[in-house]
Amino acid sequence: MSVEQLLGQPLRVINLGLELFARELETDGVPVVHVDWRPPAGDPSVAALLARLEDDAEESAG
Amino acid sequence: MAVRAVVWRSYYQDSMILMRIAESLRALPGVREAAVLMGTPANHELLAAAGLATPETKAATPGDLVLAVAASTDAEAQAALDAAKGLFDARRREREATGRILPRTLESALRQLPDANLVSISVPGAYAKFEAMRGLRRGLHVFLFSDNVSLADEVELKQVAVRRRLLCMGPDCGTAYLNGVGLGFANVVARGRVGCVAASGTGLQAVASRLAALGEGVSHGIGVGGRDLSAEVDGAMTKLALEALAADPTTEAVILISKPPAASVLPGLEATIRKVGKPIVVSCLGAAARGDGSARWVTTLEDAADAAVALLDGRSWAPRAFSDPVAVRTRLARLRADTTRRGAGLLGLYTGGTLAHEARLLLEPLLGPIASNVGAGGEAGPHRILDLGADEFTVGRLHPMLDPEGRAARVREAGRSAGVGVVLVDLVLGRGVHADPARPLAAAIEDARRAAAADGRSLLVVASVVGTERDPQGLGAQVGALEAAGAEMVPSNAQAARFAALALNPSLEAELLGDAR
Repeated sequence: MSVEQLLGQPLRVINLGLELFARELETDGVPVVHVDWRPPAGDPSVAALLARLEDDAEESAG
Repeated sequence: MAVRAVVWRSYYQDSMILMRIAESLRALPGVREAAVLMGTPANHELLAAAGLATPETKAATPGDLVLAVAASTDAEAQAALDAAKGLFDARRREREATGRILPRTLESALRQLPDANLVSISVPGAYAKFEAMRGLRRGLHVFLFSDNVSLADEVELKQVAVRRRLLCMGPDCGTAYLNGVGLGFANVVARGRVGCVAASGTGLQAVASRLAALGEGVSHGIGVGGRDLSAEVDGAMTKLALEALAADPTTEAVILISKPPAASVLPGLEATIRKVGKPIVVSCLGAAARGDGSARWVTTLEDAADAAVALLDGRSWAPRAFSDPVAVRTRLARLRADTTRRGAGLLGLYTGGTLAHEARLLLEPLLGPIASNVGAGGEAGPHRILDLGADEFTVGRLHPMLDPEGRAARVREAGRSAGVGVVLVDLVLGRGVHADPARPLAAAIEDARRAAAADGRSLLVVASVVGTERDPQGLGAQVGALEAAGAEMVPSNAQAARFAALALNPSLEAELLGDAR
């Protein structure tokens, strides 16, 4: 959905990180799913590399 | 002094929860220092610097939670660790009571909410880029609160976002409004006719709050992150946001808030501004007015809101130093009737970086050079302005908007400094920040003024509050608390800075007050 479409639509949010932000959105009646996010195992640079491989695989598949 | 620590293997909690628990441990009997943090390399340095490193903590990996306490006695240290365990247990029970199973990844969250249209990301900076990229690749707009994302990563994210016509608000985006919903640290404002594009969280909060005071509201407030108008990012998100607001039927006027754009960005930005086709006000801190008349350029956040509302109402508008110059003159006369000695220096203690920057830009032409950690240069002299939300003050600590105690201590210290005659402060309200930030600040102001008086001096504290009556803290109650503590309350940060300058230098009256009687 392009930004022009978003500006006319109710927000529906996925929240990664500070739980406080999910709570605030719930107070506003916004549908929100809070993710129990944890850092991937190992060093951030390794995790980044894995994520990139994953994304590259998706790009070439899609 | 006894130091005790425990490490919980593979136990992750978000940084705000950890810092809040650390705050509550520091308040326990006998506790001198407490740390509750993940075992990252940077945090190991913090533990060592705080004298909290032990053989147990040194073995912690980035996925492990470290709890470390220094207390007067071993029993008090152990009691604090037990209290921490109790707090975490209570949180877990609270979460289990909701009966909800939380997804662990963006993908599984999308299965629970397949028509999600935005992902809000506030994970540590090292992981923020690829979570944001995942969101964009799945067609989600991104609110990216995380900081410590490299400029190269920001460029890459925004290129992908622009190609897909998706918002990538941030990195380091503190505040946004979409369809009347606040994201991040937002003031409670009505929906209205003014759309904002902001490269500054507190800048957007100040403008939205001012619009609320004028009886106006915000259609959307699109945050873009502080570096969007740098040469590297080239205003990618600012231009997309302006195009979106131009097309949005609920937006009748537009405000752009930022630092001065890089020279290479200006031509493209101005071309976009010309195409908006709606009244548009540009507030670029420190940038001279320019352009071809298609936008109204103003110098302060307050003027941005005032000019936009005037444009909407078809009224002519001109900037003014003070909204009520007669009242200012009366106040100054009252101040000058008190002949107690006052220091010659100004000390600005800010929680909002953009507000600190705005004050510095307004005050340097009036008072001369100001030493500061915002903006360029700044010579040591009698005047200083500090952004206490800057990284060097917040490592391992909550931002001063969330934890007012650090600034309160500095206000007290200012009362003991003979050279400081005027203390200039902001106070930012809204959702997500401290529940009653005026209380600790007011107590510190009273103490500081008392300490100065005991030394035969007077200390002037000038304050302004960013907030609305509908904020959880309530604007009127917070202003009242500071006023009762003896602070001079001024309606905006710009006016507060000018008032502070007048108090220090009476010869500025003609320039700032004209012949107001």
